[in-house]
Amino acid sequence: MEHQEAQPVLLDVRDLQVEFRTRDGVAKAVNGVSYSVGEGETLAVLGESGSGKSVTAQAIMGILDSPPGHITGGRVFFRGEDLLTMPAETRRRVRGAKLAMVFQDALSSLNPVLSVGAQLSEMFEVHEGMTRKDSRAKAVQLMDRVRIPAARERVGDYPHQFSGGMRQRIMIAMAIALEPDLIIADEPTTALDVTVQAQVMDLLAELQREYNMGLILITHDLGVVADVADKIAVMYAGRIVETAPVHDLYAAPAHPYTRGLLDSIPRLDRKGQQLYAIKGLPPNLMAIPPGCPFNPRCPRAQDICRTDRPPLFAVAPGRTSACHFWKDTLDES
Amino acid sequence: MAETGKKDEAVGEATPHVTEVVSSDASTTAEVEAVLDAPVERGEPILQVRNLVKHFPLNQGILFKRQVGAVKAVDDISFDLYQGETLGIVGESGCGKSTVARLLMTLETATSGEVFYKGEDITKLSGRALKAVRRNIQMVFQDPYTSLNPRMTVGDIIGEPFEIHPEVAPKGDRRKRVQELLDVVGLNPEYVNRYPHQFSGGQRQRIGIARGLALNPEIIVCDEPVSALDVSVQAQVINLMGKLQDEFNLSYIFIAHDLSIVRHISDRVGVMYLGKMAEIGTDAQIYEHPTHPYTQALLSAVPVPDPEAREGRERIILTGDVPSPANPPSGCRFRTRCWKAQDKCAEELPVLAIPEVFKGKDTPAAHDSACHFAEEKRVVPAA
Repeated sequence: MEHQEAQPVLLDVRDLQVEFRTRDGVAKAVNGVSYSVGEGETLAVLGESGSGKSVTAQAIMGILDSPPGHITGGRVFFRGEDLLTMPAETRRRVRGAKLAMVFQDALSSLNPVLSVGAQLSEMFEVHEGMTRKDSRAKAVQLMDRVRIPAARERVGDYPHQFSGGMRQRIMIAMAIALEPDLIIADEPTTALDVTVQAQVMDLLAELQREYNMGLILITHDLGVVADVADKIAVMYAGRIVETAPVHDLYAAPAHPYTRGLLDSIPRLDRKGQQLYAIKGLPPNLMAIPPGCPFNPRCPRAQDICRTDRPPLFAVAPGRTSACHFWKDTLDES
Repeated sequence: MAETGKKDEAVGEATPHVTEVVSSDASTTAEVEAVLDAPVERGEPILQVRNLVKHFPLNQGILFKRQVGAVKAVDDISFDLYQGETLGIVGESGCGKSTVARLLMTLETATSGEVFYKGEDITKLSGRALKAVRRNIQMVFQDPYTSLNPRMTVGDIIGEPFEIHPEVAPKGDRRKRVQELLDVVGLNPEYVNRYPHQFSGGQRQRIGIARGLALNPEIIVCDEPVSALDVSVQAQVINLMGKLQDEFNLSYIFIAHDLSIVRHISDRVGVMYLGKMAEIGTDAQIYEHPTHPYTQALLSAVPVPDPEAREGRERIILTGDVPSPANPPSGCRFRTRCWKAQDKCAEELPVLAIPEVFKGKDTPAAHDSACHFAEEKRVVPAA
């Protein structure tokens, strides 16, 4: 992945920390996350529910529910400028035009009482000051671009009149409307059927190539990641536990959690007797275990894992692992 | 024992995946109950579904309702479930797989067709006999968050089946029995007095499974039992289900949209599309030798967690969406999205049978497939 290192860095997240202050206590959702994405590059952020993958994205976009959510530390550089310290008005202009997001659930992310045409053209009216007529024409163009059949006739339809796959296309159309530099897609195909999922992922990849956009794909699906990503960041309990180029990670994971995830998914191309199951449950974010957060579930855990939090060790160029025993893990696979 | 009518014989000939139905000659309720309690040998059919149809009427008008059409959720499907096996049913949303589950549970009344359980047509049963059937066919639901009553303790949830079927566990024994069940599904028996919200998703699904096991059923219908769970927890629940099957000699109908999980757990797999069964066979026949274009497209669309396979794999990307089941295409249901479709497909409904080209041949491709132009095509790379 050397050529990607040379790509100009679009987004650089450094040591981001987010917590949710609730009546029951403080949930530490993101605990020092750092990652970066270059132009035309796809970073997959992989994790289970509660791993902090979506909260990180919300903090980057500036759409974190606050309260109860608070960013307590870190920086988010977009083309060298810190999004977190910039004035709200400047940030609003960056968001949408330079930085866009595709959400998981298109039905609840679209406004049910406005036609999709109105929602698409709003982008051009607000950000580019177009007239209503021009923006409407742009909306039809966009719908065509994401291959919605009979776009001209359907521009006045409401979200409920579209199927799940078509709605997700509209979400993508909204995201690419202003030709952003970076798209964050949060589980964009999780709610869709496999045949439709393939269509939508294909479309995203094609648009990404065309506009040379950076893409952060947030997902829990190891299959989707293998299909599209250049590099992966695996998250667990609000931390990145492993980063690697996609081929390296699948060939030989350097963290026991990644190893466990890969072993626990059933495969289409083979039939096993027993699946490997990671024992136990993900930790409660209000009481993350000391040391390595994965230690209670880890087959490799030693005393040091219960006391010392492992930093991200450099495993190879472009590869890190937050495991005291990354070498053993790597050697075993 | 007498044979059923002509219709069943005809179906048996045309579609070899279904065996001949030997219906019981029990007439009184007591006789029926005796039939239902009799054990079935391993490898014998325990459930035989024949020409099952469920149409939901579409009404118009407020005061004077008139039927203007029907959603053809399940439209003439037949299959067998053998004792001790797992039959996986896959398909996209809206294909009718959950309606099949509800019909087997007699939670919905079939529009037509029969479901024979040990030779007894359960769609015609009522009262005590139906109650006895329901004891033997239990269900595990998809969403462990909404399928457990939040105001009941875990002990009450798992023990509730005993209120309805007191003969299974006498009152004094129930608490002990509930604790045994918790232990069987891998939960601490001391949790009986806890409420569902105190458990994680995976643990809740274990509670749902314990409830399904309470009455010692023979068949468990699982409707998307792991799709709401995280990957690492999914594996735990799937392994548990495999273990329970061996331990209690259960037969599973496993409904899911995740083809990898279905392959892992199933002995045989049926692929549904728009209320019809498109293809059915053993897991190796379906996954390694699919002959129906829909199965091929479905399999090729599944992302494989292996970046090395990215370039070499052929992807069949279907265009468009699944048509509405209220107004399905004529002839073959899949023809509107099929790259092989010809005039014949619009005119003639393909039967689910071994395709002509493979008839009498000793090949894994010789299994039931409802396509006029069936052709073997391997889309899943060999492991």
